[in-house]
Amino acid sequence: MAKVLVLRTAGVNCDEETAHAFRLAGGEVSVLHVGSLLRGEERLEEFDVLAIPGGFSYGDDLGAGTVRANQLRTRLAGDLHDFVDEGKLVIGICNGFQVLVRLGILPGWEGDKVASLIENVSGKFEDRWIDLRVETDQCPFLDCKGEHGAPCPRYLRAPVAHREGRFFLRDPDLLERLRDNGQIALTYRQGSGDDDPEPAAAGGAYPANPNGSVLDISGICNEKGNVLGLMPHPERFVHRLQGPSWTRNPPGASESALETLSSAGDGFSIFSGAVGFVNDRADKIR
Amino acid sequence: MTSLRTWEVEVHWREACGDDPRAVELRGQLADWLDCRDCGIRVSSLFYLRGEALEEEQVSLAIEHLLSDPVTQECELRDLGDGEKLSDPMAGGDGGHVATVRKKTGVMEPVEESLLKGLDDLGMGGLMVRLALRVRLSLSMTAEQRELVGEKVLSNPAIEDVFWDQEEIPSPFSAAAPYEFSLGKVELSGVDDDGLVALSLEGQLSLNLDEMCTIRDHFESLGRPATDIELETIAQTWSEHCCHKTLPARIEHEGPDGEKFVYENLLKETIARATEELMAKEETPFCLSVFKDNAGVVAFDDEYGISFKVETHNHPSAIEPYGGAGTGIGGVLRDTLGTGLGAKPIVNTDVFCFGPPDLAMEELPAGALHPLRVLRGVVSGVRDYGNRMGIPTASGALYFDDRYIGNPLVYCGSVGLIPRSMVEKVVNPGDRVVALGGRTGRDGIHGATFSSVELTEESETVSSGAVQIGNAITEKKFLDVLIKARDRGLYRSVTDCGAGGFSSAVGEMGEDTGARVDLEKVPLKYEGLSYWEIWISEAQERMVFAVEPEKYAEFEALAESEGVECTDIGEFTGNGKLELFYEGNQVCDLGMKFLHGGRPPASLTSVFRKPEAEEPGDGCDLDAGALLRAILASPNVASKEWVIRQYDHEVQGRSIIKPLQGKDADGPGDGVVFTPRYDSLRGIAVGCGMNPCYGDIDPYRMAVSAVDEAIRNIVACGGNPARTAILDNFCWGNTDRPETLGSLVEAARGCYDAAMALGTPFVSGKDSLNNEFRTGDGTLSIPPSLLISSLAMVEDISCSVTMDLKAPGNCLLLVGATLAELGGSHYAKFSGGGGDVPHLPPEAFQIHQAMHEAILQRLVRSCHDLSEGGLAVAVAEMSFSGGVGARLRLADVPRPGGEDGLDDPGLLFSESNCRYLVEVSEENKDAFLSIFAGLPAASIGQTCEGETLDVVGQDGAEVVLSESLEGLRSSWKEPLIFDAV
Repeated sequence: MAKVLVLRTAGVNCDEETAHAFRLAGGEVSVLHVGSLLRGEERLEEFDVLAIPGGFSYGDDLGAGTVRANQLRTRLAGDLHDFVDEGKLVIGICNGFQVLVRLGILPGWEGDKVASLIENVSGKFEDRWIDLRVETDQCPFLDCKGEHGAPCPRYLRAPVAHREGRFFLRDPDLLERLRDNGQIALTYRQGSGDDDPEPAAAGGAYPANPNGSVLDISGICNEKGNVLGLMPHPERFVHRLQGPSWTRNPPGASESALETLSSAGDGFSIFSGAVGFVNDRADKIR
Repeated sequence: MTSLRTWEVEVHWREACGDDPRAVELRGQLADWLDCRDCGIRVSSLFYLRGEALEEEQVSLAIEHLLSDPVTQECELRDLGDGEKLSDPMAGGDGGHVATVRKKTGVMEPVEESLLKGLDDLGMGGLMVRLALRVRLSLSMTAEQRELVGEKVLSNPAIEDVFWDQEEIPSPFSAAAPYEFSLGKVELSGVDDDGLVALSLEGQLSLNLDEMCTIRDHFESLGRPATDIELETIAQTWSEHCCHKTLPARIEHEGPDGEKFVYENLLKETIARATEELMAKEETPFCLSVFKDNAGVVAFDDEYGISFKVETHNHPSAIEPYGGAGTGIGGVLRDTLGTGLGAKPIVNTDVFCFGPPDLAMEELPAGALHPLRVLRGVVSGVRDYGNRMGIPTASGALYFDDRYIGNPLVYCGSVGLIPRSMVEKVVNPGDRVVALGGRTGRDGIHGATFSSVELTEESETVSSGAVQIGNAITEKKFLDVLIKARDRGLYRSVTDCGAGGFSSAVGEMGEDTGARVDLEKVPLKYEGLSYWEIWISEAQERMVFAVEPEKYAEFEALAESEGVECTDIGEFTGNGKLELFYEGNQVCDLGMKFLHGGRPPASLTSVFRKPEAEEPGDGCDLDAGALLRAILASPNVASKEWVIRQYDHEVQGRSIIKPLQGKDADGPGDGVVFTPRYDSLRGIAVGCGMNPCYGDIDPYRMAVSAVDEAIRNIVACGGNPARTAILDNFCWGNTDRPETLGSLVEAARGCYDAAMALGTPFVSGKDSLNNEFRTGDGTLSIPPSLLISSLAMVEDISCSVTMDLKAPGNCLLLVGATLAELGGSHYAKFSGGGGDVPHLPPEAFQIHQAMHEAILQRLVRSCHDLSEGGLAVAVAEMSFSGGVGARLRLADVPRPGGEDGLDDPGLLFSESNCRYLVEVSEENKDAFLSIFAGLPAASIGQTCEGETLDVVGQDGAEVVLSESLEGLRSSWKEPLIFDAV
């Protein structure tokens, strides 16, 4: 069974629902404070998937994810890089994405720091549901073909809730490198409700692109695809009734409670894809 | 020999990265005060780092990894040597002006704590750090303009200092002098009335003469002077804020028709009495803990209970809106954590009352902050605290009235999940007194007594010590510890340090046992605090636990593993005394009995006279459509989306019915539904009711209307009215005036009658009196402001409904009777006069039950309660939120009063209680109506294709209103957007 580590630290606040999402997908989940790794009570290498959940680590007082990234860099850098190099899976959601970018694990290129997630163009924290398109086919979390788990919808919805989510590259030329490498994982789309099967590109327009990210980027992965960072919160939409507009198409009277309880939301496949990928890999090795 | 070295790091935006977001925001704020269109604005953060032989290399490391984002920011590094003299802010500048903004000494700065943590990870433990903000403006300003901008835009003088240009900036590292113990004694024996009043005033004790006399007599009987800390402890414990003197007082009341009532204890005989009588009728237990703990608790399922508490933080928010509101939410979350053995917060609520945001500057009374500034600050405060804690802020309301200008109201609520086995707690003699969380500083001294008196134009300066600044992360950290320690059974009791600090927390917990505390053991933020300051400081983010001695080591280890400070500061003794020591010297020796039972009972008189009845007006010049647009655009009705979106209402993944609903997720939901457990289809619904416009005319009916609205809110989205609990929050003016107290008594009577009629118990409540603002010209008192919050069980979340219309071709049914009771309505504001305030109809209970039954049977596609603006506003909101047109026939509106003088606009805008507008498919219409047999309910129209709302008048022919959905929507959506950019 895929062993998933949901890594907490002070101010992380999406650990519970992230753990729930992985459990629902069949993962064996441990929620640990980073201190238990630092003190050597637990070891990162024991796990198959590392989830860095959202929140306001250390209040984000020095910029989103800064203190948390600094903590991981100074105390766990080697273990983290080994984990990534072995092809194990890492997902950073919202504050976790900001941490991965601060650490340079995303986009994961050698050399200078090139990327950052900066303050939204709107200048404020905003919570809204957005539409997304999966742009990559090399990331096990975004498995549209359903090779390992529930197929990921090509178009999905999820809530965003952040103030610093605008993906920014120091040098615009690097965008091409990102695109050519297939590292653009998710983009914002111009949704118009549930009945729109293929929403158009957001084209930078607010609020479909809620933060002003270049090329509507809402998530990126590393070159190998085993590390994914994204601003939206798929863990908040693993069940249909968590969605924004299910009352416009509600469960029928004939649907059983069990059926209702087990109907997935758009975000579920992201966790199931990862768990399935690990399980399949273990089968192959065996 | 020491060689402290200080560095100054200035971090600013890299120009090549485009516009600096901070400068853009500041430009927007400055524009209210001066013409800065073409002026250059540069904002930078200043960090001062000081340490033993601190090298440039180390500081550079900190810059790279902590102080700046190398992708978007640039830095300048300056060696300040011994740090006694700071760099010249004007150096290298291009003229213009430079402002340096810094927190006053002793005011909490959360960023410093995070920075110290980061430096520690970099191997730079033990440094001293300070922060400041520097703003460079390339324009010429007069001294007056500088002062204005400094005070109104760049800083809040209550907590920050601004230094302009070459003004000397004192070293940020000025160390406080260490405290030297000396016991303060106050001889009370023989002091006369005037002397006692003076003592109370000078010591900011806010004790009245009666109370001072009781205290004098007590110490005379002991034959010794009081100590200062004993007086402080009594003042905190007896403050209106901590123990509520007024509602439980003996009150002789004269009602509107001259009838006399005598209440020995108003609270017990109205609000608590309703709960008692309803609990006696419960077949399965619902109320698990009422009126005795930090929050009320009701049953959720066999395993869990739900706690609910709403607090106010009005006076702190008037002076420092951001800090006041943030610590308001922080405080109510600690109430949840301190309920039983600790509930886990799962939903926040917020209700605000402000002065008009477009108030002209010249109308702003001296000493008051502008309503827009208060609004922005309060919303940011709740946002930053709630979001950082990871708790969805999802339910609330916003009201505007001129009388809230100097004294805004900030209600913060918290809903928690608690195992039913953990609702009770007990302190045993021998348990340790354990403090957990943040350190104690000089913040919030006299907050409890300060909030119990009215505000004046000097409050801003006199009471700045009462301002608290919160640090949400400290609270989030001990939340994590508390829940783990609770589940491991590591303590026996817990409560929060709120108003009155340790004095109230330890005083309350030790009421039945007694307690001994060694005050020098309390960890401090900085040196220099006296023993009594330690005892009453309201520094935020602290909890007190009663821990069995044998479990303390495990408790401490757990706290340490999460990076939370935990200190054993004393013992719950068993001798019934409150004994305080400082370095071995006894400074307090009070009997718990006197402290908690010695306050002289208050005896008050009150009177309520009905204001001259205003006859219904002659109608207004606007046609129905224009009137509808005007009401939709009025601030109490217009969209609150700007506020709502700044709160994370999805965190924790429990949100089922959202605050913003409909096709484009912008419609105004009545209530919200959350699922406390991921593995269950059971949920809770949360809503509220309030209408300050009614209180001036009829506070009794204001109260019943607020209760009814709170119930409608939760029923409309799927809550079960028979499993609903409510909370009361009374915010009133100075109740020393019999008329002001009279309106409160009337409202309390209304609370009792409504709770009994609707079968909904009150489980907790709080009041905040003396909400007045005194200026040279007189006193501005708030209108009677009763907030009722509701919490309902939802049997099956998959039956929940939203308010947006779903499809054309469905029936629109109106449930409940419409009457000629337009007093206090929005219609009355435009037409003049209005008549009676809406009453609670006798069939209210059955209507809510029937509505719930119809929703459970899945007969309802959408449902919206009728409140401000009545039927017209409800149908408009439903239509434009769903993108579905509607056509109504006023002739079919149920009106058991018959021809009662309601014309077409009256029917459209009446705010009669107990009404819902419901969308039902044609095939389900009969089934729906059969549930309402014998109750007022009728089909009054259809949903239709097309983007218009049409209403046919009572005569059955004339179209009295025809509006495009887009026009209605934009009237409603645009007024309350307050972006500075």
